[in-house]
Amino acid sequence: MSRIAARFASLKKEGRGALIPFLEAFDPDLETSQAILAGMPAAGADLIEIGMPFTDPMADGPIIQLAGQRGLKAGATLKGTLAMVRRFREADDRTPIVLMGYLNPIVAYGPEAFCQDAAAAGVDGLIAVDLPPEEADLLAPHAAAQGIDIIRLVAPTTDESRLPYVLEGSSGFVYYVSIAGITGTRTASSADLSAAIPRVRKFTDLPIAIGFGIRTPEQAANATEIADAAIVASALIDTLARTLDEDGRALPGTVDAVLDQVRALAEAVRGVRVAA
Amino acid sequence: MNQHFSSGIAGGQNSLRNYPDDRGRFGQFGGRFVAETLMPVIREVERAYLEIKDDAEFHAELDGYLKNYVGRPSALWYAERLTEHLGGAKIYLKREDLNHTGAHKINSCMGQILLARRMGKTRIIAETGAGQHGVATATVCALFGLPCVIYMGATDVERQKPNVFRMKLLGAEVRPVEAGAGTLKDAMNEALRDWVTNVHDTYYLIGTAAGPHPFPAMVRDFQCVIGNEAKAQLMEAEGRLPDVAIACVGGGSNAIGLFHPFLDEAVKLIGVEAGGHGIDTDKTAASLARGKPGVLHGNLTYLLQNDDGQIQEAHSISAGLDYPGLGPEHSFLFENGRVEYVPINDDEALEAFQLLCRVEGIIPALESAHALAHVTKLAPTLGRDQIILVNLSGRGDKDIFTVAAHTGVTL
Repeated sequence: MSRIAARFASLKKEGRGALIPFLEAFDPDLETSQAILAGMPAAGADLIEIGMPFTDPMADGPIIQLAGQRGLKAGATLKGTLAMVRRFREADDRTPIVLMGYLNPIVAYGPEAFCQDAAAAGVDGLIAVDLPPEEADLLAPHAAAQGIDIIRLVAPTTDESRLPYVLEGSSGFVYYVSIAGITGTRTASSADLSAAIPRVRKFTDLPIAIGFGIRTPEQAANATEIADAAIVASALIDTLARTLDEDGRALPGTVDAVLDQVRALAEAVRGVRVAA
Repeated sequence: MNQHFSSGIAGGQNSLRNYPDDRGRFGQFGGRFVAETLMPVIREVERAYLEIKDDAEFHAELDGYLKNYVGRPSALWYAERLTEHLGGAKIYLKREDLNHTGAHKINSCMGQILLARRMGKTRIIAETGAGQHGVATATVCALFGLPCVIYMGATDVERQKPNVFRMKLLGAEVRPVEAGAGTLKDAMNEALRDWVTNVHDTYYLIGTAAGPHPFPAMVRDFQCVIGNEAKAQLMEAEGRLPDVAIACVGGGSNAIGLFHPFLDEAVKLIGVEAGGHGIDTDKTAASLARGKPGVLHGNLTYLLQNDDGQIQEAHSISAGLDYPGLGPEHSFLFENGRVEYVPINDDEALEAFQLLCRVEGIIPALESAHALAHVTKLAPTLGRDQIILVNLSGRGDKDIFTVAAHTGVTL
């Protein structure tokens, strides 16, 4: 069983949903992001999503755009990001790691070589924002050959005629993009989510994670009541960014500020019991 | 004069005119690399486009606007003094600069706004580099009373002030984009972010033959009016096709519009990329000479990028060519060798700009001046019985401040 499947299975037994915090690789530098990554499981992360910086992140709002720019300035590359995962795996062999990013760096690396190296580093899943199912053959066969899950995005605009097509090649979990928009801007209402998630559930047995616009512990808890996992990205990056000095460098409190917020989110998510 | 896309000389089974395929691919290039949120609307645009492609009523309406509003057909001008000056092949200019709004961009804007109306979209967004596409989009939005938001890199806002003011006069909202180098690439990112946020009522009127399928094919088809007209006009003037057809390539919409009707003919086709300070420097926009295939803005195509797949900033004196990629069909025609692509540097374009002003009384856009600069190199090497057709894609009034600055003149 993959790490992702094993984690969702054990959470189901516990009767709760998952918290999936996000960090951008090398933001604002390798050491700081490595320390945040290393500290996340103890702070309550059930799975972890790592953003792979890209010059032109078309689906991201200003907060994650800036995180990517800081990461690139600090020397982020795919090789460097995989090295982060490898180091993380020396201490943690159970927390699933999902990489999220845009296609071009993967194309430049070579999709087959990238999937091989990612699997060897201990990556469990990939989210390529600009890879819709129509183009999935560029990456999916190589990921499958390495046992890496391709986590597909479902959006509010994905209607019922399209859902089966999108979900057919999905594995690991389904990423429900809760708003039509970019990251870190608006938040979906509880009512919208309560209507949307069952619609997706009709077409898949995979766990469903809700992302885009979850900022507070209450929203995270609410998301895991309605779906199976809450992804929190911009809110954490925002916290990190606020701790940096005026040149964008980490200060002694940076790592703790982010991990404290992860802890608060995790506490809220763990307070929600759902029927097993 | 105007023809339906399916008419003209039909492509045979092995014709290069039969692309893209059903997946929107020109060979390996093209495709639809966008976030899932946009896929449904991309498919909707594709369906709407396929519906109008051969719809006589749609084309009658479009042709009416092209004739009576845009002023088509645009003239084909035999540049006799330029020909004499260069002392070789006969040079014909396809005068897209004479269109309403001063460039070829309006051809595709007119087609797309009619499509957007059919789709029931009530808000239009667009990106612009030099501002020509922004002005053309603002124009058709004013014509049909639709609200219009134009994304433009902050650097371009600065160097294309007249066009920014034009757009505002036409009722558009111009949103400067500070990210990156503040040029066309950044404007396109921001327009895509707007589209993903307002997908329910908004149509993204893409300015060039690039982006996710069906935009490269659709924009090309709307721009083929350039090549189709030029073909007929040259047959009338000379009784034959040109030996060479030349156009500048940024995203490549004016070039593909000129080239496509000639793909199956014995006509040499040359696309001119912006070399910037030179293709051996890092200040260039020559995606084919200096880039490699990758994925950006919805399509797989040649891109300026580093070894890690991070996109590099382009540079060109011409804002309309200042983009680190180009349309996927050009990547395809480059790889199969049907079209030759050459770079022209900033200084060469500036020289050609001034030459055309002096010998023909025509102020060309700096974009088009790149194509002209290659003509100045090529024409003297050809015999007087040869014919070069060059697309004068736009007029240069917008560029006089840039040219003044580069030639040491204070206005």
